[in-house]
Amino acid sequence: MALLVIKDLRAAIDEKEILKGINLTVDAGQVHAIMGPNGSGKSTLVQVIAGHPGYQVTSGEIWFKGQNLLDLEPEERAQAGVFLAFQYPVEIPGVTNAYFLRAAYNEQRKARGLEEVDPIDFLDLLEARLRLVEWGPEIMQRAVNSGFSGGEKKRNEILQMAVLEPTLALLDETDSGLDIDALRIVAQGVNALRRPDNAFVLVTHYQRLLNHIVPDVVHVLADGQIVRSGGKELALELEARGYDWTTERAATAGAAR
Amino acid sequence: MIEPYLRQFDAFAANGGSTSPAWLQQRRAAAIESFRRSGLPSTKDEDWRFTSVAPISRGDFSKSPEPSRVSLAELEPYLFGQPDWPRLVFVNGIFDPGLSTEHPRQTSLRRGLDTAPADLEPHIGRHGPTDTTPFSSLNLALAKDGAWIRIPAGVVEPAPIHLLFVTTPEASDAGVHSRSVIVVEAKARAQFVESYLTLRGAPRHLTNTVIEMSIGEGAWVEHSRIQRESEAGFHIGLTHVDQSADSHYRSFSLAMGASLARHDLQTRLNAPEAEALLYGLYLGNRDQLVDNHTSIFHDHPRCRSWEVYKGILDDRAHGVFNGKIFVTPLAQQTDAKQTNRALLLSDTARVDTKPQLEIFADDVKCTHGATVGQLDPMWAFYLRSRGIPADQAHRMMVAAFAAEVLDEIASEPVREALRGVVAQRLDRLG
Ligand SMILES: Nc1ncnc2c1ncn2[C@@H]1O[C@H](COP(=O)(O)OP(=O)(O)OP(=O)(O)O)[C@@H](O)[C@H]1O
Ligand SMILES: [Mg+2]
Repeated sequence: MALLVIKDLRAAIDEKEILKGINLTVDAGQVHAIMGPNGSGKSTLVQVIAGHPGYQVTSGEIWFKGQNLLDLEPEERAQAGVFLAFQYPVEIPGVTNAYFLRAAYNEQRKARGLEEVDPIDFLDLLEARLRLVEWGPEIMQRAVNSGFSGGEKKRNEILQMAVLEPTLALLDETDSGLDIDALRIVAQGVNALRRPDNAFVLVTHYQRLLNHIVPDVVHVLADGQIVRSGGKELALELEARGYDWTTERAATAGAAR
Repeated sequence: MIEPYLRQFDAFAANGGSTSPAWLQQRRAAAIESFRRSGLPSTKDEDWRFTSVAPISRGDFSKSPEPSRVSLAELEPYLFGQPDWPRLVFVNGIFDPGLSTEHPRQTSLRRGLDTAPADLEPHIGRHGPTDTTPFSSLNLALAKDGAWIRIPAGVVEPAPIHLLFVTTPEASDAGVHSRSVIVVEAKARAQFVESYLTLRGAPRHLTNTVIEMSIGEGAWVEHSRIQRESEAGFHIGLTHVDQSADSHYRSFSLAMGASLARHDLQTRLNAPEAEALLYGLYLGNRDQLVDNHTSIFHDHPRCRSWEVYKGILDDRAHGVFNGKIFVTPLAQQTDAKQTNRALLLSDTARVDTKPQLEIFADDVKCTHGATVGQLDPMWAFYLRSRGIPADQAHRMMVAAFAAEVLDEIASEPVREALRGVVAQRLDRLG
């Protein structure tokens, strides 16, 4: 069953078109990987799905659980079950991780008509999630991402994902800049959260993440379009041959049209 | 217009003031003379460049407030849930013994002058001309009362001492001048909380208050000043602190009341190895003007000062911050750091911030940083992408900005209460 359906999505920033007609369908239970050269629009795509207000969507639809996400505010998308692990997580001085996560968790519960949890019950829930990312409780008293190393920030994104349990998780280069242990932890976080009714979209440059999290579909995004899609072998082929051959074909295909 | 104040002084000198000790009469006469010469400040004065006191100059606050009484129940919300803390209460500038927990070393200035004036002589109006302002001169000339506290050498005060300066509508169009003297002797430790608040309405009055504090060798003082007076009124305050060797002074100042608020905080590090930590938070909305002038004088070697002031301004509010740090040639190995950050929540709010470092020693570590900014939209998107609604995200970020200084309040009940007060106020701002 399709969980996410993107139709002819075009988006621009400062008048410059970045996404040039994206079509993508992600079924429940699937893992999709999006690869592609720097600057091709991968982050733009996932940020537009999450509702970043800096982009102008000029056409298209993003269907998720029967709603066009483009009609929703970013917080409503999150409450509906969309989660974006940022390529560059934001530092928020003065707000502790504990406070932030509980606020987010409770807002999502409220939006779904559930009761808020008190700090004590939340702590219990948190403990299990912290174990998943192999972190002690100290991290919760630190300001969100403030002074975190690059790898710690990525791990914090996975912790947030584990607490919020999204239906659609978009991970933007969560594997970049990770040491081997951290990579394993990120992968183990994702694998632990996989369920038949949710889906993951992993933006990555490296096959090594896909050794741990085996994708159902791999896409190549180049110059704002998905130029190629295939099975997990596509990632291996990209690793071996680079992107040039995929974009050449796209150019030829474009010229033929 | 200063004539009404000169007449007020003449009348005061003729009756009430004439019974005070001769040395005080002399100091008062010198102060009014200084005020007569300076007049009220104008924006041509460097220290008042961004702060026009025209609304005060245009008015006449030479009248004394009508007497007024308040009940303990009315004060209750302002006691930080700590009714047992020792307290001195002044209503429209007049000491209220019924609401206070008086004892011989924690009493009113007036009582001190009546019973043992010689004890006060070294402490009243002792700071030099560079540390006075036209308002503090007027205050010295006219102040009838205030707190008089002495913590003897080596004594550790178990609980904060709360000074409450309350105004009521009976102070409308009047001037409330209070002057307090706090002496913390060598190796003593004490906490002071100083509250300015208005009950029962929003009178338009002039509060003009001065605190003179001296801190003995090795003594340790924590001081929170909370100004939440009527937003129709004017609040002018000066705190002057003299520190001895190896003493520790930590100040937190919250300014959120009055239509025009100015606080001068001066600390003189008068001996080696003294330390001053100054934290401040100022909040302005509508047309409020909130001005903080701090001066730290490093006159001796190996002293340390650390200062963080933050402002949050909305609507057409105007913030002013001026941070002077003087380091004399004698003050080698000074370690001074100053930070001022302001957050503007509207396009029409503004802040004028000016660090003023004058350093005449060579072996020093002095830094300052000032930033003025708006909320980073990336913060908002990050919080919203986690399901936190836009308005709550906004509040969280503003509260987080304030938290950095609120967290520095030494007394936990005060810290907790002010977090609530500030959050409530920021809700109104947002
Ligand atoms: N504010 C902006 N103004 C103009 N161009 C922008 C702006 N922000 C992003 N872009 C451009 O949009 C394009 C797509 O950027 P995006 O971050 O989506 O790429 P990406 O595929 O995620 O790249 P990477 O692999 O390096 O993370 C880039 O060419 C980038 O320079
Ligand atoms: Mg990217």
